[in-house]
Amino acid sequence: MAEIAAPRGADWVEPPAGSPAVPSRRWWLRRPPIIPTLPMIMIGIIFFAAIFASVIAPFSPTKNHLFDSFTAPWGWEGGSSTYILGTDFLGRDIFSRIIHGARISLTIAGLVILIGASVGTLVGIVAGYFGGLLDSILMRIADLVLGIPLILVAIVLVTVTGASVGNIIFIVSAFVWPRYARIIRSETLSLREQDFVMLARVAGISSRRIMLRHILPNVVSTLIVLCTLQVGQVVLLESALSFLGVGIPPPKPSWGIMVADGRTNLTSGWWISLTPGLAIVVLVVSFNLVGDWLRDRLDPRLQRY
Amino acid sequence: MLLEVKNLRVQFDTLMGLSSPVDGISFSLEKGETLGIVGESGCGKSMSASAILRLVPPPGRIVDGEVLLDGTDLLKASAANMRQVRGHYMSMVLQDPVASLNPVFPIGNQVAEAVTVSQRLRRRSLKEKVIELLQRVRIPSAENRIYEYPHQMSGGMRQRVAGAISFASNDLKVLIADEPTTALDVTVQAQYLDLLKELQADVGFGLIFISHDIGAVAELCDKVSVMYAGKIVETGPTRTIINHPRHPYTKALLDCLPRLNEVKRLEPIGGEPPNPFAFPPGCRFAPRCPRATELCHTQYPDFVQIDENHDAACWYANES
Ligand SMILES: Nc1ncnc2c1ncn2[C@@H]1O[C@H](COP(=O)(O)OP(=O)(O)OP(=O)(O)O)[C@@H](O)[C@H]1O
Ligand SMILES: [Mg+2]
Repeated sequence: MAEIAAPRGADWVEPPAGSPAVPSRRWWLRRPPIIPTLPMIMIGIIFFAAIFASVIAPFSPTKNHLFDSFTAPWGWEGGSSTYILGTDFLGRDIFSRIIHGARISLTIAGLVILIGASVGTLVGIVAGYFGGLLDSILMRIADLVLGIPLILVAIVLVTVTGASVGNIIFIVSAFVWPRYARIIRSETLSLREQDFVMLARVAGISSRRIMLRHILPNVVSTLIVLCTLQVGQVVLLESALSFLGVGIPPPKPSWGIMVADGRTNLTSGWWISLTPGLAIVVLVVSFNLVGDWLRDRLDPRLQRY
Repeated sequence: MLLEVKNLRVQFDTLMGLSSPVDGISFSLEKGETLGIVGESGCGKSMSASAILRLVPPPGRIVDGEVLLDGTDLLKASAANMRQVRGHYMSMVLQDPVASLNPVFPIGNQVAEAVTVSQRLRRRSLKEKVIELLQRVRIPSAENRIYEYPHQMSGGMRQRVAGAISFASNDLKVLIADEPTTALDVTVQAQYLDLLKELQADVGFGLIFISHDIGAVAELCDKVSVMYAGKIVETGPTRTIINHPRHPYTKALLDCLPRLNEVKRLEPIGGEPPNPFAFPPGCRFAPRCPRATELCHTQYPDFVQIDENHDAACWYANES
């Protein structure tokens, strides 16, 4: 950028527009982007509700109020302030069920992603770093798992062992890790060729340490983005399984089950599906926004000084 | 003899066929001595360096030869021992300084990591050692810079940090510098070469200096090996090689260079280096050589001894 000479006599010159010294007035273009306050608050609320579910919820999530079934949400025709978000076909309070459902859905999503991401990252880095036969074997296994119809395996397994939270976590994790493995492997393949890995090897640093200290931190931002995107997918997967009767055993509430429950009554009681559906949307979108922000924050090249 | 490389051969088995970017090279290095390796881009200089450290990237393999460090064959050492050798006795400065640091760590951590391979130090003395190393490679106000990330430093500074990682060991015996200055500007280049010389005088390691820059080689090296298409074609004391080259390729290479006190036309070498998947059966330079004969095209020439330390692989080495 060419320097603009100050006019003779002028002791103060306004910097030219767009000069880097002045922060951009268009705040949405600044790096890193503003903290996603609203999504963080939403996630905070959902976590708070999940943790203190039994204190906050006005009713038991499994208690039927058959005389009050199909009560509309408060403010709508036929609604009452007793059931803020209405009741379902058995008269169970939807507000209480959503709060308790948050606990179940978040626990499952969290554990599944923890297990899936750990296994997947381990496999991906090892396969990508060592390459060769080991890589071929591990990636064939990943492809194989991705090719197996999850629902079928789930049905078989649940018929044998019975439906439980533990089972569903196991099944969904087993289905989730190959996605991590594949993406992390391809990242590792390009990182492995980088000169800093070569320099580390030249300095005599062990393969294990190179994978842990040089490759892993460089894939963390990818991992975080992947995990946040997976929150939605896992919640949906779990609901699909629950819907088929091989997931969370009823009457326990999970958001997926609640959406499924309302499916047959969409015309008479739209709120039964809509409210848990909205909860899922809010959770997923919030996680995605926070994930994007985190990715930028974690990249030292994008940091402000 | 500190380091002796004998008939080292690297082979790549690819879909396009077999290729040997390093095809039976031999040389030796004494303590405190500097060997220059020069040659066109792609002739296998970096690959030779990787092979000596046993860091040939897959699918490449070392298929033949010996690398003797103080008489021990490194090609027979276990992977763990080899790692110790790299951490303690042999090291390399890489070609591209900009990419040779990990972008997600402060540079101090990276130097410290390399130090811990060869030395057990407590936290405080580790930090001191790191600062000392950075000062040794002439990084100004090193105590503050250890917390900086690579992208906050200039190319020259990064090159020095990478250097500090390569020099981290206390008992370095062999250092390979692979075109350490090509990415730097001329003044920084000169400083870096001075630094290398100083360190060598201090520590007394043998230095293998890979370069395109004959000027730098002339300044730094005791002897020079000229590489062409995976083979060494001429070896000799630096003065002799520069003033009385015997191999036509060495002559052609020197003719490409401007000289200060001479006015003459620069002669680029005609033609291209041979395809590594199909080297010519005879002398590899024959297709580009102005004086190649039938013999050159059909048979590979053995080394001809010209002087005590001067050898050239040319059928007509004794004729000019
Ligand atoms: N993965 C690979 N597969 C096949 N051949 C390869 C592979 N990697 C490198 N080579 C071969 O190795 C040869 C030597 O490469 P090298 O990097 O050693 O050249 P160089 O002399 O260091 O060149 P420069 O001066 O440009 O650094 C190249 O000609 C290339 O054909
Ligand atoms: Mg090279």
